[in-house]
Amino acid sequence: MNKTKKIEALFFVIRDICAIGIALLISLALIFAVSQDGWGAFRLFILGPLQTVSRMGYIVEKMIPLMFTGVGVCLMVRCGQMNMSSEGAFYLGGVACAAAAIYLPLPAGVHPLVCMIFAGVVGALACSVTAVLHTKFHALTIVTSLMMNYICLYIGQYFINHPMWDVASGYQASYKYTESALLPRLFSRTNIHAGLFFAIAVVIFGHILLEKSTFGYRIKMVGTNPRFAKYSGINVTATIIICELIGGFLAGFGGAVEQLGMYKRFEYSGLSGHGFDGVMIAVIAGNNPKYIPLAALFLAYVRVGAEAMARMSDVPPELVSIVQSVVIMLVVAEKFLAGWKHRVIAKESMKDLALTEVK
Amino acid sequence: MESVLGYIFSVEFIVAILRMSTPLILCSMGVLLVRNSGVVCIAFESMMLAAALGGVLGSAYSQNLVVGLLCGIAMSVVFAMLFGFFVLVLKANNMLVSLALNTLGSGGTVFILFAFTGDRGSSTSLQSLQFPVINIPVIEDIPILGSILSGHNLLTYVAILSVPVVYIILMKTPLGLRIRAVGENENAAESLGTSAMKTRFIALFIAGIFAGLAGMYMSMAYVVAFTRDMIAGRGFIAIAAQNLGGFMPVPTFIWALVFGASNAIANAFQAIQMPPEFLQMFPYVATVVGLLLVGMNINHQEKKKTQEIEKKSRLADAAHGGNG
Repeated sequence: MNKTKKIEALFFVIRDICAIGIALLISLALIFAVSQDGWGAFRLFILGPLQTVSRMGYIVEKMIPLMFTGVGVCLMVRCGQMNMSSEGAFYLGGVACAAAAIYLPLPAGVHPLVCMIFAGVVGALACSVTAVLHTKFHALTIVTSLMMNYICLYIGQYFINHPMWDVASGYQASYKYTESALLPRLFSRTNIHAGLFFAIAVVIFGHILLEKSTFGYRIKMVGTNPRFAKYSGINVTATIIICELIGGFLAGFGGAVEQLGMYKRFEYSGLSGHGFDGVMIAVIAGNNPKYIPLAALFLAYVRVGAEAMARMSDVPPELVSIVQSVVIMLVVAEKFLAGWKHRVIAKESMKDLALTEVK
Repeated sequence: MESVLGYIFSVEFIVAILRMSTPLILCSMGVLLVRNSGVVCIAFESMMLAAALGGVLGSAYSQNLVVGLLCGIAMSVVFAMLFGFFVLVLKANNMLVSLALNTLGSGGTVFILFAFTGDRGSSTSLQSLQFPVINIPVIEDIPILGSILSGHNLLTYVAILSVPVVYIILMKTPLGLRIRAVGENENAAESLGTSAMKTRFIALFIAGIFAGLAGMYMSMAYVVAFTRDMIAGRGFIAIAAQNLGGFMPVPTFIWALVFGASNAIANAFQAIQMPPEFLQMFPYVATVVGLLLVGMNINHQEKKKTQEIEKKSRLADAAHGGNG
């Protein structure tokens, strides 16, 4: 039995690698289709991120917000909820954080914390609408959560474009954040900021919550079989709502960390895509918070590579979304490589069987 | 405010509702077919987007509307088939595949647009065609009715016609019966010799055509150019319309009209001083409120049902007690 589990774990890794490999092959073909200098562009895409220290730092900077939304999505998906609101929660969390960072006069140590918690609460509220509509009013989670993203976007834009708009900035951006709210830089040559510690803490929190706590067990039970959970005396509605509140809190928190670590003022012109990226890395990580940093590393690496390529060659950065979608589709395709897995497991069990018979 | 009220009771408003509803109606009919076959697909956003681009490129390079139409439909059908292949054949999670396809649609269209035009924002450099406006000969001369019934885009008429067409497909044809049977009970249908996979692929194929028409309406009638992410959630709103309308074409059509109207109202309110963000938000809020209202109605009916059952059982108990 243990052997089968091992093969399955190995299979999980091999499938991810195969998916990424196929996606890279497709991207290679696409690069050659549009570019004058195909090899040059492809080399930039693959090796570009490792060429300078600032690009390597950039990878870590991009990983930080993804780890927040990724863990949040893991929790919600394990509870059986395809809640896409983390996109809106991340954005609105950023706006809430901007408000707190601009208007609250607080000392340096406390200020960022207050901003982040405020942003987290706003993010949790954004996700809770979907949770309540699903559990109490039978609405399709995915539809309401996508609608909520647009609603979050326009609420946020209202605040940025009207009360918080700094006319002097010359574009649609908020006033500058107070110095005391900003997160400190960790290394001199990159923009990696103290949010990294929070991101690591969130991954550990997600892992402990899901794998080591009673509530995590409840989440997984509701996710795999809500009826069984209900008859075992678990309050399914409450579990789902709490789970989505935590997911939204993490997304909003991540939005705040991103704002305070990377920006001086709020300047997103639309949704940032971090929520959807969170869904993607949760898929690659098998909805297991422990693997989220690896999945985030992959996505951040591809992003940085694509940006380097877009800047220095003639291939548009949208290539990433093609790579991204191919990887997701192959990773979630149950039948992809399933025949191979089946054969290996069967072979191993036959061997075991033969051994026991000999004994 | 008065000007807004005046507008809402005017003919132009009805015309605006039809204009805004056309893509929603067309797309929601596709959603309806797929949903009836027992598949939840939310990749319609990407199908519409792909068709919007396909139509523009096809018509611009051939200068022929029919070629553009076919290109657009081919693009959205490719997306529908990709969805079918991954979900039905490779047994992937439908939500995640949809999400991936939407990402692919959003990025892939920009990639293709860039490859053809060198522009990542819009196709304004291309001379793409548009679907014609149809004036119905005699009817257009009737005072008010004429301007309501006549003078719409070809695709608006197609959208209105698609409602009875889908009704007939679903309710009056063997294919419709198979679609509904597979949706209701896959195993029972299979045991009677209907291939669930084939039926679902056919439903997806037809849905791809509807979504394609909806997408092309956006880039070849509503405006005449492709701009990135121009569908702006309309595919999702169409899904919400189907979700609210249940499994029948007419209620779905009515909800699509309601969401189209909320779009038109948002435009009407531009006349008075109101932050544009709230107007842009309006259709999405209307969708969420619609979902809420229908949910409340379901809850109310369920409550009524359980109350009735309780009442009956209490009466039965009383009768029993009297006898005993």
